[in-house]
Amino acid sequence: MRSQFISTGDFPISTHILKTSISGWGRYPEQMCKLERPERYADLRPGSGNVIARGQGRSYGDASLNEDGFALLTERVNRLLEFDVAKGILRAEAGMTLAEILPVIVPKGWFLPITPGTKFVSLGGCVAADVHGKNHHHDGSFGDHVVGIELILFDGSRVSCSPLEKSELYWATVGGMGLTGIIGEVTIKLIPIDSALIKVQHKAAGNLEQLFKLMQGPNGDDRYTVAWIDSMASGSRLGRGIAMSGHHANIEEMPVNFHSHVNNKRSLSIPFDFPAFALNSWSISTFNTRYFQKESGRAYPFFSNYDSYFYPLDAIAQWNRLYGKRGFVQYQCVIPEQNAFDGIKALLMKLTDSRRPSFLSVLKRLGPQGKGMLSFPMEGWTLALDLPIRDEGLFMLLNKLDEIVLQHGGRVYLAKDARLSPESFRAMYPGYEDWLKVKQSVDPGNVFSSSLSRRLKVGEA
Amino acid sequence: MKKAVLILGATSAIARATAAAFASQGASLYLASRDEEELRRISSDLQLRYGAEVHYGLFDAKATDTHEAFFLSVISVFPDLSGVVLAFGYLGDQSAAQDFKEAAKIVTSNYTGAVSILGYCANHFESQRAGFIVGIASVAGDRGRQSNYVYGSAKGALSLYLQGLRNRLHASGVRVITIKPGFVDTAMTFGLPGLFLVASPQSIGKGIVAALGKSTDVVYLPWFWRYIMLIIRCIPEFIFKRMKL
Repeated sequence: MRSQFISTGDFPISTHILKTSISGWGRYPEQMCKLERPERYADLRPGSGNVIARGQGRSYGDASLNEDGFALLTERVNRLLEFDVAKGILRAEAGMTLAEILPVIVPKGWFLPITPGTKFVSLGGCVAADVHGKNHHHDGSFGDHVVGIELILFDGSRVSCSPLEKSELYWATVGGMGLTGIIGEVTIKLIPIDSALIKVQHKAAGNLEQLFKLMQGPNGDDRYTVAWIDSMASGSRLGRGIAMSGHHANIEEMPVNFHSHVNNKRSLSIPFDFPAFALNSWSISTFNTRYFQKESGRAYPFFSNYDSYFYPLDAIAQWNRLYGKRGFVQYQCVIPEQNAFDGIKALLMKLTDSRRPSFLSVLKRLGPQGKGMLSFPMEGWTLALDLPIRDEGLFMLLNKLDEIVLQHGGRVYLAKDARLSPESFRAMYPGYEDWLKVKQSVDPGNVFSSSLSRRLKVGEA
Repeated sequence: MKKAVLILGATSAIARATAAAFASQGASLYLASRDEEELRRISSDLQLRYGAEVHYGLFDAKATDTHEAFFLSVISVFPDLSGVVLAFGYLGDQSAAQDFKEAAKIVTSNYTGAVSILGYCANHFESQRAGFIVGIASVAGDRGRQSNYVYGSAKGALSLYLQGLRNRLHASGVRVITIKPGFVDTAMTFGLPGLFLVASPQSIGKGIVAALGKSTDVVYLPWFWRYIMLIIRCIPEFIFKRMKL
């Protein structure tokens, strides 16, 4: 990590600017950015150049990067401002993470309405990427549960917006990847829970067809559903996997010995970059087969602590190092309902043909599309693949996957993306024209800009 | 008895972490700084995360003529005030401080203001024959260096002041603790070149609260700075003056 000291101009946000090389969670790409880290709410504003807000840097690609521009770190602007325990309404500064919110709300009988697969994300990031969880088919995405936000515009002015107030600006900001302004405060509506336990049911499916059937059946109606896919299985076993469904255990379901379900958490950390060969087709294939066989034998429902259920990977700090120092790309796409089976099958076939291992492959059903103009979710099925970067060939494969996604009417998730082309982006996001109108009216100088927005030519007419 | 602690300069990262460490132990807090919006935000955060009783009031270290009235208003909220943490400070800019205007601001913010407000605190605790005073000085006060000697001299003066105060208040059973943090990851140091062994504000906050339970009067945080500074103080002046520090 090279860093260089430069002194700020007349309107310092922090005393100094840190010029250094940063990346998203996928560790690709890595770019020189000018970092500022305000500690006061009033300093959460653009300084002397184009800027993108960066919360926990947990988007995978270049959404929180701004090569040669400013990245405003929001991590210290993370105060909890209101929590109505009776109504389950919580207001906090956008830098607060879900990991900080959970210990406050769970003991009072509330839970996050939507949570992604890690709790180490900021509230601002959840709004900007309009994140979804395992309950999208039931509850929609993050933006559907926000009561309102405060947005800081290019001139430093603060504006409130919500689904009811300045709704165009709101729905341009939800999923807007931070390009309409800096999200300063977020108010969300929580969901009530009886316990911190999740009642989980795993069911094995020998191939993709069975897996789709399982997830369309009664199991698919559970509040949380997701499937792990063995992306190394091919031929008649293509798309074999484990459908996992769950819901917050209610009082009648609570196990008698529920204390034994409380985690005595061991936390692991990956202290160094794994060599690139550690995760290869052989090791992943072996792991997948063993995991599939182990989980296939687990026929009965069981209880899981919310932490290990929603955030299994959070227990391993810096798990992104498993993929070696060149980093990885998470490719997440959604295929609309009517083409879903054919599309997902075509994607998996292309992947297995390439012999590129995906360590973690996840299939989920998504419910109806929300109102976020650039939001990712649409009614259909989403597939996420973790692909380590070994060589340039990966990017050629991903372009092929883009073609399949486009042919089937789907789209790629910007919060995970590091390499989509501007043409594919426009074809995948028909809401872009409407979004651009709002962007141009609220940020005419294109002050809010990121490496992602320039790569996709977003914000340009 | 439940602790009630006054935090002076409550909006800095170290002060916020110290307040959080006190609040997580069930202490009540009175937060003081110049920035009302930040005080409001930090106090609601501490109330909601820790269920703590938190009050706040405006306080400017440089406006010494307001300090008596300020301290009386704190005592009216917490007549049984247990202690005070002095966390305000201003690093300033050494090259600008070669001009007296900036130097005066550094000296007033770090030293004169501290002498003023701690005087009221000391008299109160002495008459109560109970209480504690924690002053956050700096390792920069242990030896003058060209890179920040105006700041360093003010912090060094604060250390000496606290030493004398400790001597005076010992008979009354009032603890006076001098905290000397090394490099801490705060707005003051963010982006500065040449930092090493940088500690998190949270570790400093916990260290400050922990220091109250121990008998050491001068506490380096993290602990190894005691030895780093011991070595630095041992360098003979005829060599030190030639070094670029």
